Amino acid sequence: VSAPATIPAESAPIRFRDTQIEMAHGAGGKASRRLVEGLFAPLLFGNATGPLGDAAHIDIGGAKVAITTDSFVVKPLTFPGGSIGELAVNGTVNDLAVSGAKAEALVVTYVLEAGLPTSLLEAEVRAMARAASAAGVRIAGGDTKVVEHGKADQMYITTSGIGRPLRGVTIDPSAVRPGDKVLLSGPIGDHGITILLARGELDLEADLRSDTRSVLPLVEALVNAAGPGIRWMRDPTRGGVATSLNELARDCGLGVVLLEDQIPVRDAVRGACELLGLDPLHIANEGQFLAVMAPEYADAAINALAMMPGGGEAQVIGEIREQPAGSVLVTTLYGGSRIIDMLVGDPLPRIC
Amino acid sequence: MRFVDEFREPELISKTAEEIRRLAGTKRHYRMMEVCGGHTHAIYRFGLKDILPENIELIHGPGCPVCVLPMGRIDDGLSVAQQPDVIFAAFGDMMRVPGTQGSPLEHKARGMDVRIVYSPSDALKLARLNPDKHVMFFAIGFETTAPSTALTLMRAKAEGIRNFSVFCNHVTIIPAIRAILDSPDMRLDAFIGPGHVSTVIGCRPYEWIAQNEHKPIVVSGFEPLDMLQSVVMLLHQLRKGEARVENQYKRVVPWEGNRAALRAMAEVFQLRPYFEWRGMGFISQSALRLRDSYAEWDAEQRFVIPGIRVTDPKAAQCGEVLKGVLKPHQCKLFGRECTPEHPIGALMVSSEGSCAAYFNYEHRKAMASSLSSIA
Repeated sequence: VSAPATIPAESAPIRFRDTQIEMAHGAGGKASRRLVEGLFAPLLFGNATGPLGDAAHIDIGGAKVAITTDSFVVKPLTFPGGSIGELAVNGTVNDLAVSGAKAEALVVTYVLEAGLPTSLLEAEVRAMARAASAAGVRIAGGDTKVVEHGKADQMYITTSGIGRPLRGVTIDPSAVRPGDKVLLSGPIGDHGITILLARGELDLEADLRSDTRSVLPLVEALVNAAGPGIRWMRDPTRGGVATSLNELARDCGLGVVLLEDQIPVRDAVRGACELLGLDPLHIANEGQFLAVMAPEYADAAINALAMMPGGGEAQVIGEIREQPAGSVLVTTLYGGSRIIDMLVGDPLPRIC
Repeated sequence: MRFVDEFREPELISKTAEEIRRLAGTKRHYRMMEVCGGHTHAIYRFGLKDILPENIELIHGPGCPVCVLPMGRIDDGLSVAQQPDVIFAAFGDMMRVPGTQGSPLEHKARGMDVRIVYSPSDALKLARLNPDKHVMFFAIGFETTAPSTALTLMRAKAEGIRNFSVFCNHVTIIPAIRAILDSPDMRLDAFIGPGHVSTVIGCRPYEWIAQNEHKPIVVSGFEPLDMLQSVVMLLHQLRKGEARVENQYKRVVPWEGNRAALRAMAEVFQLRPYFEWRGMGFISQSALRLRDSYAEWDAEQRFVIPGIRVTDPKAAQCGEVLKGVLKPHQCKLFGRECTPEHPIGALMVSSEGSCAAYFNYEHRKAMASSLSSIA
């Protein structure tokens, strides 16, 4: 998460009161937001905090630059459809893309556990090179640290990226208006469920692959076809679509109303979620994005995405309303509805 | 998706809802308790309250195993896991349930070896893979999960796996329903019977509810159409003044239950004379312990258990909510001190607990204006 870059004159009050850091603080949901807004933002950004976006757009002597960073600690390192190296490139490229910027260069930090087989490292460095070439981004530098055996889990990768703002698009949650349409680029939950199954703890199998990819080509197509209509974008990674849209609802003070049957979810993901008591709206994605569009641009947006490889399943999944202010409401075809909140901690399978 | 989509078919759902409105009329108020936490979760998840007429009130019952587990039992279980070389294994449901010193997940963050398992046999697998560690499975659940614990223990015994034990918190549904019916401030017209529990115990154990208490009960599935059809069946009975046990969930629940599962339970478990239920107090013959022939795999016999008793904060009105006397939001702590992130009462912990379900899916809806369709 990044904020408008200003140098804080003085720090704002710290509101974070949790006595220790739990896994939930890193899970991307409510606890993460509390940590960022309650501790990091007041001390690092001072009182100047606006809504926190996926990348910060800053002005360096008249040049506009977008900057962001992301760390990857996924286990297992490889899984159907991808691996940690590929995620590390695509994740940062995507954070820049949904902030309205094209990634130009990345720098990489590897934290390696002593005893890691070189073959594993080499495979991930190769995966990063391939992903960077596919995404059209340079890897301009890096750093390596090795920690004692047992002090890290094989390999952690951090990528930081700078990007050039795309012309003709401004991401601003305060520009979101009632009647705007919520657009989703494709089916949700593939990545999170793939990882859950790849851990092998559940004895479940499904024909499913991570959706990790650079969404930049889709974002560029969207900007070209409907740039002035784009109010807001986000890639729904940890915490899923529900968490991203709840953040939007809070930031703009409006309600997000989703039509459940319009949300694309593959049968394998639905089936796993039904079995495990999870909600696809809470499951992580690594190759999708959400956009809020002015209604008159919605058709052009869908048409532009449909022409692109990997954009054929894009859908309008709902719209912005005055109410329920600050919340996300999911409605069903048969007339039921429910509020869906941010995820609290990681999604855990329910049994009984 | 088969067995799911056909039970969420919009046209059938609106037809059934129409029939419910016709049968329910406007003159009489109906109070129906869904016993099972899975039903509570489904009611909120599918927004069934939006579909039912106002004079049908659904009361959330005690059938959420996590919710009725006293906090002291969690402390007791975690105290075993604090000993060296012990792995604490439990279902995901348990992981965020707070003990006095924090939840299993919080203990894990502090370094305890805590594992999430999908079935008790996965915990036994952990024991096989870690012969130098002791794996304690923290067992929870009604008759739904008890048979798989029983079968796992039978396998551990047959294979002579000695680094495995079960800390047993299994409870039984019938005494809980009896306690609800015995509660003086309880006025119910009918029950939506638990679906999963009944796959094991069948429908016969509910006959006393119909015969002695004159309340109809329909064992129900968990999809929207299942639950609405069960309401239709209950309304038919109530309008005729009948009280019978009916089985709506025939595709899964056999009338006689699952004999093999019941045999496994009888082999491994015996009834405890009494057991504490959170929010409801002590209920006699309402929980299971391991038989002496399984003492070697019984964590309560192998380890020293402190027997911690924790009273819920006085302001929390879990008991009243659990028995359906209060709605979740009528509790003084609801949404203020007590939230899903920082639960004080147990009903706020599990997404099947009525407070958490209400909080997650319902309570901000009050602010929502009427919903027109999205063009």
